[in-house]
Amino acid sequence: MTAGYNTISMGTGRKEFNPKKVRPGIEHYIKEAGQGVVNQIGGAEKIDESVVGNFMAARFNNQAHLGGFVGTIDPALEFKPSLSVEGACGSGGLSLISGIRSVLAETADVVLAIGVEVQNTVKAIYGADVLAGAGWYANRKKGHAYFFPGQFSDRAGVYYEKYGYDYARKGMARWFVNAMENARLDSTAQEHHNNVADLEGLYHKMKPNGASFVDHLNVLDCSKVSDGASGIAIVSEEGLKRIGVDKKDAVEIVGFAQLTRNITQDPPDMVELTTIKKAAAAALKSAGITIDQVGTVETHDCFSIAGVLAVEALGLAAPGKGAEYVAEGKTARNGVMPMNTTGGLIGWGHPTGGTGVHQAVTIWQQLTGKAGSAQIQLSAERPYGLTINMGGDDVTVVAIVYKRG
Amino acid sequence: MNYDERLQHVSVLGAAGKMGSGILLLTAVEMADLSLKPENKGKAFVLNAIDLSDEGLAGLMDYLRAQVLKIAEKKAVWLRSVYADRDHLIENYHIIDQYINDVMRIVRPTTAMEVAYKSSLVFEAVSENKDLKVKLLKQIDQNNPHKTWFFTNTSSVPIHFIEDEAGLKGRVLGFHFYNPPAVQKLVELIVTANTLPEASAFAGNYAKALGKVVVPSNDFAGFIGNGHFMRDALHGIHEALDLAGDRPLTEAIYMMNKISQDFLVRPMGIFQLIDYVGVDVVQFIMKVMNPHLADEDLHSDLLDNMMEQGIIGGQHSSGAQKDGFLKYEKGVPTAVYDVEKKTYVDISQFAASCDEALGKLPESFVPWKNAVKIKDKDTHFGPYFASFKGMDSLGAKLALRYGKRSDAIGRKLVADKVANNEQDVNTVMLTGFFHAYGPINNYFND
Ligand SMILES: NC(=O)c1ccc[n+]([C@@H]2O[C@H](COP(=O)([O-])OP(=O)(O)OC[C@H]3O[C@@H](n4cnc5c(N)ncnc54)[C@H](O)[C@@H]3O)[C@@H](O)[C@H]2O)c1
Repeated sequence: MTAGYNTISMGTGRKEFNPKKVRPGIEHYIKEAGQGVVNQIGGAEKIDESVVGNFMAARFNNQAHLGGFVGTIDPALEFKPSLSVEGACGSGGLSLISGIRSVLAETADVVLAIGVEVQNTVKAIYGADVLAGAGWYANRKKGHAYFFPGQFSDRAGVYYEKYGYDYARKGMARWFVNAMENARLDSTAQEHHNNVADLEGLYHKMKPNGASFVDHLNVLDCSKVSDGASGIAIVSEEGLKRIGVDKKDAVEIVGFAQLTRNITQDPPDMVELTTIKKAAAAALKSAGITIDQVGTVETHDCFSIAGVLAVEALGLAAPGKGAEYVAEGKTARNGVMPMNTTGGLIGWGHPTGGTGVHQAVTIWQQLTGKAGSAQIQLSAERPYGLTINMGGDDVTVVAIVYKRG
Repeated sequence: MNYDERLQHVSVLGAAGKMGSGILLLTAVEMADLSLKPENKGKAFVLNAIDLSDEGLAGLMDYLRAQVLKIAEKKAVWLRSVYADRDHLIENYHIIDQYINDVMRIVRPTTAMEVAYKSSLVFEAVSENKDLKVKLLKQIDQNNPHKTWFFTNTSSVPIHFIEDEAGLKGRVLGFHFYNPPAVQKLVELIVTANTLPEASAFAGNYAKALGKVVVPSNDFAGFIGNGHFMRDALHGIHEALDLAGDRPLTEAIYMMNKISQDFLVRPMGIFQLIDYVGVDVVQFIMKVMNPHLADEDLHSDLLDNMMEQGIIGGQHSSGAQKDGFLKYEKGVPTAVYDVEKKTYVDISQFAASCDEALGKLPESFVPWKNAVKIKDKDTHFGPYFASFKGMDSLGAKLALRYGKRSDAIGRKLVADKVANNEQDVNTVMLTGFFHAYGPINNYFND
């Protein structure tokens, strides 16, 4: 993979965001991200096919059929294969998987993968209805007004009960602080302008309040409502030559897995992200490595509790020890396992269908030394990166292992 | 008749007005919430929105729908539990739509006063005219067999006059909202010597259900809020006229506006506040209050002069400020009205020289926006105003005099038994007028 590009993640937090003003639509984001990639690979003629990952444009923007917008990126893409894929917030990851499979099948040498979502078209209370589509509609009625925060609030509640409220909140607070601090270093991040002096103090001051939101999470525990897109090129060795990009400016995909849980059933274990656990293990296995060889992870922290639970699912900490692992700074940018180094979903933003691709772009930036102020130092012994992209409540998971080119 | 029963049949008079529309909104929502309680299932709740103006009532229904939508969005979490047994209400927007419907189905807009003959509670918010109020309440009472209670929103008419003249013995009280009722937290509650204890207890519960802060005021013209504001405004006007001995009145108005806003750390200067309320309203309230005051003359020729020239401030229907003493661009004063020349003079022409004449603000100055958030008022405002005493500037002198006068007005409201205590005066000014500190304090003592 190479030539990653992120638009700004637009929404509350960005200085230029004004909910009352007319904003660019989904067309703009697809075009900007697509052209951002095209400009780095010497033109759209080099691209064999395109995939657009998107979750709910059909409701957020009254627009389906996003494959049809690829032609707006460049006329050279018209009359070439182009399709869109959907797996809730895992849609971006699915667009990567789709491209990887095509390259492996040798039906393409250069695939343009785009992930996009434009969500600020509706207020959060209605956005919650739209996003609830990532769960089973039969469960919507008994769900919370803020459906997904409600789902993960329930998970957090069980975690508190099992391991202690203060203990858990300490880890979740640190997760939030890391997200903000990392986001400040990336100019495209939604929380780039964040300048709160005492982040941890702010976090603890805002006690979860079920009367106005959900029982066990505050808004700082949640990812952002975002408009944004990311794009990246998935290429074979042949393709690299074609686009004239040096191997050192690319990352190699060394393993991947895409697993899906039965959406009509409740999670088998409220304090375990079972699908993530299985998918990460399968991806590492297909790469022939262990988690100890991974230098940095981008994980799907739609909620801080999902970050903590992912730490456990990846085997970085034992069950119940994830909060401690995070609280000790082990996932911070200078910790033993830097995670979400450009802010993740809570700091960088969460344009739902775009997130999977954004994660890949961040890993590509970090492994090729292109992360700018957000750059972390990776050791030679641990040259791998890992992305975990999740759709719904641990239903669709895409795990990909990357290596420096 | 319990709380819920009292609120089953209600009328609002003057429902299309500034105050009436807000009262209607709050009452409609409260009644709808009662109607959704399981024990009230199947009972009809009726809220008559009565006004003279058909156009006004049409606008009211638009306003109501838009506001209820916002309220429903905010309480969607609770509404989900309310509608938990309604299988077809699944998504938030289904639930929000249903709630809007459940509020709107209670409200009956009409120009026919007769519908109030069936109400057990009547809110009165027609124009500030005692004879009109008396006439309407009397008419309703004489035709209503339910011994209905009347809650009037009058700003200045003593309630016992309405009680006597309309023959409502004990069944009327002053329920004085601030503008706009849907936003402002304060309600002044005024009972007469006869008001039924159960009526005032109900009023207290109703205010609490609306999330209001209730301050009892005794039954003197203007009550606490306007009792303070009118006198405070007159002080500003008199000071400006005095200053105008040496300089044009336009400059003096600018200076007193600045003293009352910046030096005294208030949300807006006194002339801007007069414009906000409306020169006409201020003049009118003074006129209504004045006959009831033995030892003072609440009247200003300057206000009369402005009225004659039709320069009256107030707000456009969009909420934007109309020009009055000051001219506004996007809500910011840019010019001052010259009553002699009948034209506005740009502030930029004289601001620098006026500011210099007033002198600097003390080092410890904190603008109102931040000062309202200060928890320990005394530790900040004590030293802040004390520092004026060591300053020899015109601004310091005017500010001290203003602060002292404001304090004296507050204390007199207590001495005259308009307010029960100093705390109540301060609560009214802090909550109803958004002052950063109460007018009764020790900051300005010598
Ligand atoms: N505006 C304020 O800041 C404020 C604050 C507190 C209290 N008040 C008091 O509230 C009352 C209403 O003031 P407002 O500012 O809302 O005035 P307004 O002029 O906006 O509204 C008065 C409404 O009463 C209607 N009306 C007039 N005569 C009527 C009649 N015979 N039958 C039915 N409706 C009639 C008018 O059509 C109008 O819609 C006044 O007593 C006023 O003193 C006003």
